[in-house]
Amino acid sequence: MSDQNPSEGRPVDDFTGIETTGHVWDGIRELDNPLPRWWQWIFWGTVVWSIGYWIVYPAWPLISSHTTGMFGYSSRAEVARDIADAQERQKVHLDKLKDASLEQIRTDAGLREFALAGGRSAFNVNCSQCHGSGAQGFIGYPNLNDDEWIWGGTLDAISHTITHGIRNADSDEAHQSDMPAFGRDELLDKAQIGDVADYVLMISGQSGDGAAAQRGKPLYEENCAACHGDAGEGNAELGAPALNNGIWLYGGDRQAIVDTITNSRAGVMPAWGKILDDVTVKKLAIYVHSLGGGK
Amino acid sequence: MTFLTMLPLFLGGLLGLFVAAGASDTVLYAHGLLLFLFCVLGAFWVLKRGGDAGGPARVTDDGIEYNGAIVRAGVIATTFWGIVGFLVGLVIALQLAFPVLNFDLPWTNFGRLRPLHTSAVIFAFGGNALLMTSFHVVQRTCQTRIAGGFAPWFVFWGYQLVILMAATGYLFGVTQSKEYAEPEWYVDLWLTIVWVVYLLVFLGTLWKRKEPHIYVANWFYLAFIVTVAMLHIVNNLAVPISFGSTKSYVLFSGVQDALTQWWYAHNAVGFFLTAGFLGIMYYYVPKQANRPVYSYRLSIVHFWSLIFLYIWAGPHHLHYTALPDWAQTLGMTFSVMLWMPSWGGMINGLMTLSGAWDKLRTDPVLRLMAISIAFYGMSTFEGPLMSIKAVNALSHYTDWTIGHVHSGALGWVGMVSFGAIYFLAPRMWGRERLYSLRLVSVHFWLSTVGIVIYASAMWVSGIMQGLMWRAYDSLGFLEYSFAETVEAMHPFYVIRAIGGGLYVLGAFIMAWNVYQTTRGNLRDERPYETRPATQPAGAQA
Repeated sequence: MSDQNPSEGRPVDDFTGIETTGHVWDGIRELDNPLPRWWQWIFWGTVVWSIGYWIVYPAWPLISSHTTGMFGYSSRAEVARDIADAQERQKVHLDKLKDASLEQIRTDAGLREFALAGGRSAFNVNCSQCHGSGAQGFIGYPNLNDDEWIWGGTLDAISHTITHGIRNADSDEAHQSDMPAFGRDELLDKAQIGDVADYVLMISGQSGDGAAAQRGKPLYEENCAACHGDAGEGNAELGAPALNNGIWLYGGDRQAIVDTITNSRAGVMPAWGKILDDVTVKKLAIYVHSLGGGK
Repeated sequence: MTFLTMLPLFLGGLLGLFVAAGASDTVLYAHGLLLFLFCVLGAFWVLKRGGDAGGPARVTDDGIEYNGAIVRAGVIATTFWGIVGFLVGLVIALQLAFPVLNFDLPWTNFGRLRPLHTSAVIFAFGGNALLMTSFHVVQRTCQTRIAGGFAPWFVFWGYQLVILMAATGYLFGVTQSKEYAEPEWYVDLWLTIVWVVYLLVFLGTLWKRKEPHIYVANWFYLAFIVTVAMLHIVNNLAVPISFGSTKSYVLFSGVQDALTQWWYAHNAVGFFLTAGFLGIMYYYVPKQANRPVYSYRLSIVHFWSLIFLYIWAGPHHLHYTALPDWAQTLGMTFSVMLWMPSWGGMINGLMTLSGAWDKLRTDPVLRLMAISIAFYGMSTFEGPLMSIKAVNALSHYTDWTIGHVHSGALGWVGMVSFGAIYFLAPRMWGRERLYSLRLVSVHFWLSTVGIVIYASAMWVSGIMQGLMWRAYDSLGFLEYSFAETVEAMHPFYVIRAIGGGLYVLGAFIMAWNVYQTTRGNLRDERPYETRPATQPAGAQA
């Protein structure tokens, strides 16, 4: 901005009629236009607004502290207040849930509605990763919408499973069961496993090799029936799934069944009682029980 | 002269061998050998030229022996890395829409390809665009050959080595996990050397300029080079676990580390992608439009206000975190004050077209530059808006941020670089004109439509995502699980990939056009009609 030069000596741009600064770089010249008025207004407007904001809110660091603003605002206090407000709004229900038994919650319409909403929310955050957003399950993770329960489908059984989990080291009361790996541990040979698989196909109502199934029947009775039942009806006490209903945790085609018998399966579930509070576990139990198959 | 050139190459090669010999992991071993290889090839090249390391001198009509070869190398590198970076971006966009495309392999996983994409577009494409244009602009506007015979070549090839080491490192899992500063300590050290030489070359050229004043584009380039050096060094302070390992630990921790990181990353946007590219705008727009810059005064005021205010804005990336409230306040208010200084560049760029608006119809290269400035204006309004805490509470961590970044990156950084490439290709290879202006127009429309599709998909998806995250039911429970929000974004991810695909397609057309131009081919096509009646009388002066 070398305004000390009298302006008459400077070239004028023909199109705009504005003077240029007189410099030329590789053919580029510069017009001597002033700063746009609106530009300046908005710029100073944002500066004034910022200064106002600094006065109202914490803004500038000092030697050992900082300016606190007019009202001592703190985002940490704000979030604490929001959480407290939210908890306060739910307190009536939460207090009741804390004291009520699962059966009481299930039969009280107001409590049940609250528990279901909270259970659904907690399920989406904690359970849907394995069991699916609609609790529909995946291979290895049971569908929770049907009435097939590996470890029991009563409110108390569901609550126990959620609280203590399955085959984990965190809870002493976690469900434990071990199906032998009949193939890997050489309890049965390959042909025998194939025969048992054909028998399992038969009792589950699928078609298979009839002769093989007949050979497999005594093997099934000897090795499998103790847990899975004579007719493959399963046993929730032992966590032995039913084999006669077409519902499969690891797949029901012949190959999947052969794999299961050969290597066994041992899915795990965390002990959620160690992670979530009691009320949340209750809400989850009510929610899961309500999904369609609760007993 | 030969000795002066060969000595650093010899030392560099020796260093590469030492690094490889002492390396305890394969990646560092390979990178040591890569440095050795670069130095050997460099030495052969210098010897072949009989010590004339500066490249062939071309006497121009100004009677000045500009170094055009390095600008040509820059055009090729910028085009090449642009296509690489855009393609990887398309791949990861598709991975987000269809996760099966991760292929369950560690080196094709989104987590490794994402930094490959960001580094490739920002530092490989953007960085080479800045090298290319700054080396061109500083020579032309200082009316002198670039300083330091071999030194600019060292900067160019040293920078390509940085890119190669960074990119291959990412694919094999070598990262210090700082966004936009992922390369490990040894790459950072190498880049520091390259960058200091870059600064010296730039300053040396300014020093021996034949013009009495330093042109505004060079202020922006210089601010970019100096500030990036400072940001890079401070943010990458780290202690390697041993000199034989790629792994290091960052000096800072916790919220100090976070603040340093975002001070760095935001100013990478501010000084790399804004100040540097404003340098590009300030030369190529007035040249292409053949009009004077709108306001000298505005260029001074917006330069200094931009430089002063930008450096404070980083904390807006850490709203509602462990960062103290006072720092959040400063980050937000300085970002809001940054609005007009940013727009100063837009005004100066767009108003430079006054008297040349009619050319937008007949000159697709100028049209690319004009739309890039429009996108610049839009993203520099959106940025301050998103830095306001109440807005940020909704926008932060959502795809809105991704949309914002891409309207700036694809729209501003990409398009202004394309404009510069189209400007340079015929001139640097001494051709009468570009192979095809019609193809430039096709490129223009593919890119523009691509960006609009991309950005609007991300705005919708981002705002929806933010609203879903904060949705509560009447009893006070969260309405949606995270997985449900991801599911809801799927269609927008597909739309985004389509927009990105159009942009990639445009870049391929540009590469073809540039390649044909370098070969001296001219496409037989109907030229754009100019209407002399609307030409300003003074425009040809």
